[in-house]
Amino acid sequence: MPEITFVESLRMTLKEEMERDHSLMLIGEDIGRYGGIFGVTKGLQEEFGPHRVRNTPISESAIIGSALGAAMTGIRTVAEIMYIDFTTAAMDQIVNQVAKMRYMSGGKAKIPLVIRTQEGGGRGNAAQHSQSLEALFLHIPGLKIVMPSTPYDARGLLKTAIRDDNPVLFIEHKLLYATKGSVPDGEYLIPFGQADIKRRGKDVTLAAISYMVTKALKAADRLAEEGIEAEVIDLRTLVPLDFETILQSVHKTNRVVIVHEGCRKGGIGAEIASQIQEEAFDYLDAPVGRVGALNVPIPYSEPLEQAVIPGEEDIIKAVKKVLYMA
Amino acid sequence: MALQIDKILCLKMYEQMLTIRSFEEKAIELFEHNVIRGNIHPCIGQEAVSVGVCSNFRRDDYMVNTHRGHGNCIAKGADLRLMMAELLGKSTGYCRGKGGSMHIADFEGGNLGANGIVGAGLPIAAGAGISIQNRGTDQVVACFFGDGAANQGTFHESLNLAALWKLPVIFVCENNLYALSTPAREAISVSRISDRAMAYGIPGKSIDGMDVLEVYTKTKEAVERARAGEGPTLLECVTYRFFGHFTGDPGRGITYRPKEEMDQWLNRCPIKSFRERLIKENGITGQMEKTMEAKVKASIEGAVQFANESPFPPPDQATQDLFY
Repeated sequence: MPEITFVESLRMTLKEEMERDHSLMLIGEDIGRYGGIFGVTKGLQEEFGPHRVRNTPISESAIIGSALGAAMTGIRTVAEIMYIDFTTAAMDQIVNQVAKMRYMSGGKAKIPLVIRTQEGGGRGNAAQHSQSLEALFLHIPGLKIVMPSTPYDARGLLKTAIRDDNPVLFIEHKLLYATKGSVPDGEYLIPFGQADIKRRGKDVTLAAISYMVTKALKAADRLAEEGIEAEVIDLRTLVPLDFETILQSVHKTNRVVIVHEGCRKGGIGAEIASQIQEEAFDYLDAPVGRVGALNVPIPYSEPLEQAVIPGEEDIIKAVKKVLYMA
Repeated sequence: MALQIDKILCLKMYEQMLTIRSFEEKAIELFEHNVIRGNIHPCIGQEAVSVGVCSNFRRDDYMVNTHRGHGNCIAKGADLRLMMAELLGKSTGYCRGKGGSMHIADFEGGNLGANGIVGAGLPIAAGAGISIQNRGTDQVVACFFGDGAANQGTFHESLNLAALWKLPVIFVCENNLYALSTPAREAISVSRISDRAMAYGIPGKSIDGMDVLEVYTKTKEAVERARAGEGPTLLECVTYRFFGHFTGDPGRGITYRPKEEMDQWLNRCPIKSFRERLIKENGITGQMEKTMEAKVKASIEGAVQFANESPFPPPDQATQDLFY
């Protein structure tokens, strides 16, 4: 299988889906000739024209609202919000319109809409370009949430997202774009709600998401040197959540740490930990651990940013805590 | 303006205006009897805008609506029975009881839904315009919004986008002079909202929203322009809500509207003035009126009966319809 980058995988997938569905439209800022600030849509406007790859003004509410209007009236749409931080400028459209339209209309609206965006820190982009906001959207009924961690998963999950008739928030991580991985040429779809066990282990479960899967795998390698075998589960989708895979792993390891980059306070770990204690309390040999960012905005300066965003060390520390080794 | 519009169309418009008024009066009555929950925002006084605008549309044209939207739904061809059932929270309602007054949608009739968030419908209308453009049809979109919405960021974003891409959208501002209690003159930087069209390089017109024929004629021009692919128009229909902001607004809005002003506008009732013209210029007879009034009354009563006899949704329906 050829090795390609995360960006190339996304671009190939968008191109294939646009060839497959001749009405599929992309809409967003700087996605036209410029090809997107990370190059995901490079060449697509030249190939498919300005009506199918709509380069918009800086108008986040209009991007989401018009994508919704188009999707509701028969145009399958992938809207791009350049940074997840900018979704806050379109929050009414996402939360009150996109997420509620189907339910509010008694199930009559069909909304084939993907909102592609990217999040995360680690590049010195500071407080308004580095957040991880998936927990905000997890709280809103009516949105599916997808967070791939590899080029392979990105391709299979994006295909599923585009072909879904519901609103899907597809969250990429800026540090994943340049990463490489094996991606087959042939078509494959990865269903939502199917976590992927990226490393097997018996001592502790690490349930991670997006770029934190990469960090969790590195932490697991280091833990293995100390004789601790961590099982790393890539959740891949938060809505729907494959809780069954987490549960089975916890039944085996009896210890679990949830790993995400968003703030620990009110983060996705809080929700998952709560579900674990409800469903597997008697299997737990230690309280559920959570790894997340410190409860401050993401600072600019490198040592400060590294202090706030969780890294391998934080994961190792959390694992040792649930093993009562710390 | 001379009455040059087709006589049959005039009668149809008059009947629709009567229907809207009767529907709203009945809805207020049902609200006062605690049969309707939450709030309703009656559009009594604004019937000429709903009917004058929507009489230009085909069933396959789209409409994006506001919280004060019953009249627009009716003018766009909604079934009164399904509307009333929705207001009563019944499972036979347009939204199976999940939407209520502020969220009535009828996708088959081109009604993309009313909105409880002021100004939120404008980008959705632009998106329906994009869809029309990409599919290459000659449909158009009517985007209703109020004077309050003209101050939201979505107004600017959507008009800019629609103008930029020549989207087939008719932006219809129902300027009833008040955003809840705040007078437009204290909230809007220009005296005519239609002047804002200039900023986007599109035509903008202010219309007497109490004159159904003027609304019809001016909208017709905008619709023709949109169908021809020449882009959007901003129409400001100056009108007045005879009731307050919502059922429950003390004294129909007397706390923030001078009595003289309210009386003055009540005297300009769009139904009354249209009736006078129809009698004078269109030869409508007392007998015709009686027949029409009886028909309207029967349709409202039929809607109430249908709604009353319909079942409430069972509680287990609460978790349905989230995803397709």
